[in-house]
Amino acid sequence: MNSAVTEKIFVKGNEAVAMAALEAGCRCYFGYPITPQSDIPEYLSRELPKTGGEFLQAESEIGAINMLLGASAAGVRAMTSSSGPGISLKQEGISYMAGSELPGVIVDIMRQGPGLGGIDASQADYFQATRGGGHGGYRIIVLAPNSVQEMYDLTMQAFDLSDLYRIPAMVLADSVIGQMKESIVANPRPVVELPDKGWAVRGRQEGTEQNVVKSLKLGDGEMEKFHWMMHDRYQLLADKECRWEEYLTDDADLIVTAFGSTSRISKTAVAMAREAGMKVGLLRPITLFPFPKRAYAALSEHCKLFLDIELSTGQMVDDVRLSVARDAEVAFYGRPPGAGSLPTPEELFEQIARHYRACPAATEVTL
Amino acid sequence: MKQVFTRPDSLKDVPTHFCPGCNHGTVHRLVGEAIDDLGLRSETIGVASVGCSVFLYGYFDIDVIEAPHGRAPAVATGAKRARPDRIVFTYQGDGDLAAIGMSEIIHSANRGEDITVIFVNNTTYGMTGGQMAPTTLPGQKTSTSPYGRDVAKDGAPFKMAELLSGLDGVAFSARVALNSPKNVLMAQKAIKTAFQYQVEKKGFSFIEALSSCPTNWGMSPLAANQRVVDEMIPYFPLGTYKNRADL
Repeated sequence: MNSAVTEKIFVKGNEAVAMAALEAGCRCYFGYPITPQSDIPEYLSRELPKTGGEFLQAESEIGAINMLLGASAAGVRAMTSSSGPGISLKQEGISYMAGSELPGVIVDIMRQGPGLGGIDASQADYFQATRGGGHGGYRIIVLAPNSVQEMYDLTMQAFDLSDLYRIPAMVLADSVIGQMKESIVANPRPVVELPDKGWAVRGRQEGTEQNVVKSLKLGDGEMEKFHWMMHDRYQLLADKECRWEEYLTDDADLIVTAFGSTSRISKTAVAMAREAGMKVGLLRPITLFPFPKRAYAALSEHCKLFLDIELSTGQMVDDVRLSVARDAEVAFYGRPPGAGSLPTPEELFEQIARHYRACPAATEVTL
Repeated sequence: MKQVFTRPDSLKDVPTHFCPGCNHGTVHRLVGEAIDDLGLRSETIGVASVGCSVFLYGYFDIDVIEAPHGRAPAVATGAKRARPDRIVFTYQGDGDLAAIGMSEIIHSANRGEDITVIFVNNTTYGMTGGQMAPTTLPGQKTSTSPYGRDVAKDGAPFKMAELLSGLDGVAFSARVALNSPKNVLMAQKAIKTAFQYQVEKKGFSFIEALSSCPTNWGMSPLAANQRVVDEMIPYFPLGTYKNRADL
């Protein structure tokens, strides 16, 4: 593989995704141009062939996700990437992959919608990502980086988690995280013990059973059994793989919660609030599915007010409300995506201050 | 006693779900024979499509991937790119390949993917109950063209073997039929050639097999077989439309 770099390098979020894919041993990439993710196929078209991998620009997003399905079924690590309109087209293939228990990494650099929308940052595809997105009732692993370093690290984790659980994994970022440049350390691929892909289609060898990768389940009770099996697997994911970040939550009377780019702005606003004497913290889910419910449950034992901030009219807030203790209140502040709708730290600070004043447990502060 | 006619090793010894008079079973057998004859059984990956052909994995004793409707050539592309040393074929019906999957078939053919596509054209959607397909003949009545296919409204049937032969990536494109022993033997030869070309990495190989669908045509197997002769072959002429060996 490419040699591990331990010194800091200055790269774009999308490039970090592509670099991580190479380091993770991705052998095939299938993509289609769409802003704001095109740096990923551009980078891989240049670099993947050098490692003996296959880069292919597909005829459509539908073509690309099905090529991913085929390559994954053949047992290799493979990836595709896109944004809103393209991710919608991929949902058919993602549903088939979920039904066929196929791993595979899908990167979604969110843009605005519905429809053609626009190319500015958005978090309005939270539901699409975390509820499965396609038909049939399934979930996929969803990782939400908020820095270029995490674009790199979580892309690599996406490959491991996907292989480990045989569930497609999505890296869900937005145009802010995808397009910004930060310095990162391109860490070497971590050593993770992964199960053998004995299920993959490689050509049936003499003395071995035929391998079939399929989602059709017509046997009596077969589909019901599959759904309960996956239900248990999702539960195992929730038990073992939830990731989140806490910032100044120990004594907080108000906890801001946000993911991705919004969590970066929120963190600055939380620091401003602390300077102003308010006991405010931040809880940032890193895995959106599985959602880190227990982090909310634990923090809401002592903190009774949460403020959920999103670049939408409110999607993750549903999961937050389902996760906190019954007597905890969840307020919401949203900026639906669009040019000029990215909130400033000052704007979020004002929202924090407004809710903090109304908070019964809040320490007296003079603003 | 010497056995002169046996089931190909690539096929399982199981009854199929295909209706009496349907030619899917014959095409399955010919594909199985080609795989056996070329010694490809342990290196072949089949890609099943949506329709009556979906149960490929139940009849072929080889590794199989099930593709979404129309997407088999894209799935096959992914598998072949991941494992270029394997033989990959798709098996698709007319609705799957020439309607919902038109983009995938055209582009994989144009890229010259080293895969083999077996296309079974029976002029109707068989599995869903006989609706109008992209290859339904002009005037043909189906459950969604009760007054007969109106070319002015629905367009003319696609001639896929001819259409694909115009693409540079296609190494072999032929249309065969299964209505008579003579045509079955020709089909057997063409299918073997298609796989042989993939072994030789010549490029994309395509077989269009005209097939009867007595159930959805509302005909007896014999009458359906006769329809292949009277109506299908005149509209979809048999022959090899592209052969890279000739170029």
